[in-house]
Amino acid sequence: MAPNEAVILEMRSITKEFPGVKALSDVNLKVKAGEIHAICGENGAGKSTLMKVLSGVYPFGTYFGDIVYQNEIQQFRDIRASEHAGIVIIHQELALIPELSIMENIFLGNEPVRRGVIDWKEARKRSLELLARVGLREDPDTPIKEIGVGKQQLVEIAKALSKSVKLLILDEPTAALNEHDSQHLLDLILGLKGRGITSIIISHKLNEIEQIADSITIIRDGKSIETLDVKGDGVDEDRIIKGMVGRTLESRFPDHTPTIGEVLFEVKNWTVQHPNVPDRLVCKGSSFFVRKGEIVGFAGLMGAGRTELARSLFGRSYGKFVSGRTFMHGKEVHMHTVGQAIDAGLGYVTEDRKTLGLNLLDDIKTTTVSAALKKVTRGLVVDRNREYQVAEEYRKSLRTKSPSVDEGVAKLSGGNQQKVVLAKWMFTEPELLILDEPTRGIDVGAKYEIYGIIQRLATQGKGVIVISSELPELLGLSDRIYTIFEGAITGVLAKEEATQENLMKLMTQARKSAA
Amino acid sequence: MDALKKLFGGNTRQFGMIFALVALIILFQIMTGGLTLTPDNVINLFNGNSYILILAIGMVLVIIAGHIDLSVGSVAAAVGIVVAITMRDWNLPSWVGILFGLAIGAVIGAWQGFWVAYVGIPAFIVTLAGMLIFRGVNQYIGKSNTIPVPQDFQFIGAGFLPETGPVTGYNNLTLLIGLIGVAAVVYLELRNRRESKALGADVPELWVAVTKLVLIGGAILYATYLFATGRPGTSFPIAGIILGLLVLLYGFISSKTVTGRHIYAVGGNRHAAELSGVQSKKVNFLVMMNMAILSALAGMVFVARSTASGPFDGTGWELDAIAAVFIGGAAVTGGVGTVIGSIVGGLVMAVLNNGLQLLGVGADMTAIIKGLVLLAAVAFDVYNKIQGRPSILGLLIRGARGTGGPTINGGKGTPFQPDETTKTSEVVAKEA
Repeated sequence: MAPNEAVILEMRSITKEFPGVKALSDVNLKVKAGEIHAICGENGAGKSTLMKVLSGVYPFGTYFGDIVYQNEIQQFRDIRASEHAGIVIIHQELALIPELSIMENIFLGNEPVRRGVIDWKEARKRSLELLARVGLREDPDTPIKEIGVGKQQLVEIAKALSKSVKLLILDEPTAALNEHDSQHLLDLILGLKGRGITSIIISHKLNEIEQIADSITIIRDGKSIETLDVKGDGVDEDRIIKGMVGRTLESRFPDHTPTIGEVLFEVKNWTVQHPNVPDRLVCKGSSFFVRKGEIVGFAGLMGAGRTELARSLFGRSYGKFVSGRTFMHGKEVHMHTVGQAIDAGLGYVTEDRKTLGLNLLDDIKTTTVSAALKKVTRGLVVDRNREYQVAEEYRKSLRTKSPSVDEGVAKLSGGNQQKVVLAKWMFTEPELLILDEPTRGIDVGAKYEIYGIIQRLATQGKGVIVISSELPELLGLSDRIYTIFEGAITGVLAKEEATQENLMKLMTQARKSAA
Repeated sequence: MDALKKLFGGNTRQFGMIFALVALIILFQIMTGGLTLTPDNVINLFNGNSYILILAIGMVLVIIAGHIDLSVGSVAAAVGIVVAITMRDWNLPSWVGILFGLAIGAVIGAWQGFWVAYVGIPAFIVTLAGMLIFRGVNQYIGKSNTIPVPQDFQFIGAGFLPETGPVTGYNNLTLLIGLIGVAAVVYLELRNRRESKALGADVPELWVAVTKLVLIGGAILYATYLFATGRPGTSFPIAGIILGLLVLLYGFISSKTVTGRHIYAVGGNRHAAELSGVQSKKVNFLVMMNMAILSALAGMVFVARSTASGPFDGTGWELDAIAAVFIGGAAVTGGVGTVIGSIVGGLVMAVLNNGLQLLGVGADMTAIIKGLVLLAAVAFDVYNKIQGRPSILGLLIRGARGTGGPTINGGKGTPFQPDETTKTSEVVAKEA
């Protein structure tokens, strides 16, 4: 490093131990002033722990090592202390209050006060400035719950700016955003860099990191492995992955030769209303089919209605049914409840594991059998032995990493949680399995395994629908891809003809024709 | 100390509660100079708290499902008065009266369950309304009078197992129940071991099982001895038998049946449960209805014990039952709790009450102490969860070793527990 480049932050041999576990051992991180520094690593590698040490969530004295920030050793006692020094962290799970307005959220805990009373005039003036800086055109009085996740992320950044931030830490900022919003956010971070704000970004989306980061520090198993200079070292995604997993991944997808049979499941003219807004349709006359052994992708921007389509098909668990027919093996099936949908041979792996897919208080074995309890009961009584055996079989065949099936699902990593959810639906022996964002928040190695499981299901003759926001994933996995825009299916492409470009075109098609 | 943990399985909180109960009994036994563990006092303690324990069984299911029921005392009072009046005015036999009372409970439960499950009004509000409505019903129907109940009806609340068989100096039926209890515990433990072995799961060493059986068996036999040697005419109370049967039944339902699974699932994560095919509305309805039926039963047991139904029966019961459930390890946000834990929690409160009374502590101080115990029990648990420590027992183990040994939680992934200690950001993220 050239000596004239100032270092804003240096974390020296940080070691953080939890009782019985060493989460970080001897981690070093050096961030230059005014750069965008990415931290990469698999889930559980210790990225978030490192950031918690930096921001004072784990106060001085609970870790070993030094934090040198602006040439001084810092001893942050709490988040307030680190924020005072200009270090602001934006967590993966947004810390905004849905019922409060944008303005109230920006100044929460930091309200402009005049003579002991909140100066709303001043707050309004400043929030308008801040919103302009982050490029968000919304009335500051709009409640947070009425704006989308993408805009909420911008409010978080505005909030950070209001605290005169010098070092901004973003933990998975684009995880919940669609491509358009992600791009806007990345541009904003680049803009902040232009204004001299240093950023640390944690992300699983390697293409984004490649795009904006100046340097990358890779953490693996609680140790800092290497720091790469993006421009100088010619870093690409494969190089980052190699550092993260400690080996080269031959291919991002396992080999798979599809054996596609006759039509298994067909939907005709599926129309569904929004649950609360009666004149808004979330599915507009959608028709599609899935064949035996086929992996069918559903591409669409966030909010296009992919999840809504899947959930309304799955026992009408979303929205208000208007019209449409569903066929299994050419015979019409009526699925009015989730129970009926399961009986008809459908399985649905939800997009949000923590809030929709899992009871985090449960252990692996109870979760595994929870959607097909009937198969392990005698009369009304659950056969614990059978339950244990079933869960153990799936734990072995899916290679779920856990000491036993008595382990609580809350303790598992994202990838292993997803395997448990997959086991739960595989045990219902569905003919058609719908997977909604099956690899979100899962690290590279586990993704590969999940893809393998999906392909094995298809090989067994099941139909699989994969909904994903990551186009490379859809392109690598699917035999055929439908595109959805604003609740309507806008096209279908076979594997051979699909590219990111023509998919994106179809995913935004209606907007263009309307304009 | 590791051995102790093995003895009582991984559930440290439940063990902590049993440990606290035993410690409390021994403490009062010493402080009262041996007055606590006399046959009369134990019988009295059991009889005087059976209705709260019956309520605690229903309440724990309601709380596991993520609700609360504030109306149980009023429902009990309303059912009590209706049963007392109908038996007096229509000359119903007692068993018809009891069935009638349970039926009224079911109707009240259906009413409250309807609002909670199908209209979606929070149970707190529905049962707060119910608390007022059914208190009013009691006083309106009874004209705020006390109505006596017939002698044979009193059997369910004040009756004892009769003397039969050869003269042994003990109550024979009580002895029989005690022996059956010991045999059942031994049989279940052995069966459990055999099945675990067959599955290839970890089986604790033999000495662990033997020690456990000796301790539990000894406790049952000692209790049997106390119940069987009371004043002439007293023995194991009928209310205790009703309670015992309910504990077995609901313990079984909650831990072994599909219905039980569904209750935990709805309380743990309603959305996930619904998307797995659980009919959460039906579960909520049944849980609320069941609570009202058990309230009706508790009300009748109380009326039978006090020989009459009055306008102020059941005041404050809901709070005792809720306290028992929380001391017994349930979580405010649902999904966690056990029937047996709630019974232990209820017994902790009952022993505390009884012991302080024997020591001559006034009602004022008793209330203060009980309140503090409830707060301390739950605070301890919340604190331990925040620290990622394994609860009371964990601290004892740590103290004994003198060093901080490895703990259950902690580490990279502190388990996500959706309760009071859950970070707001996580909840916000869910809403977003």
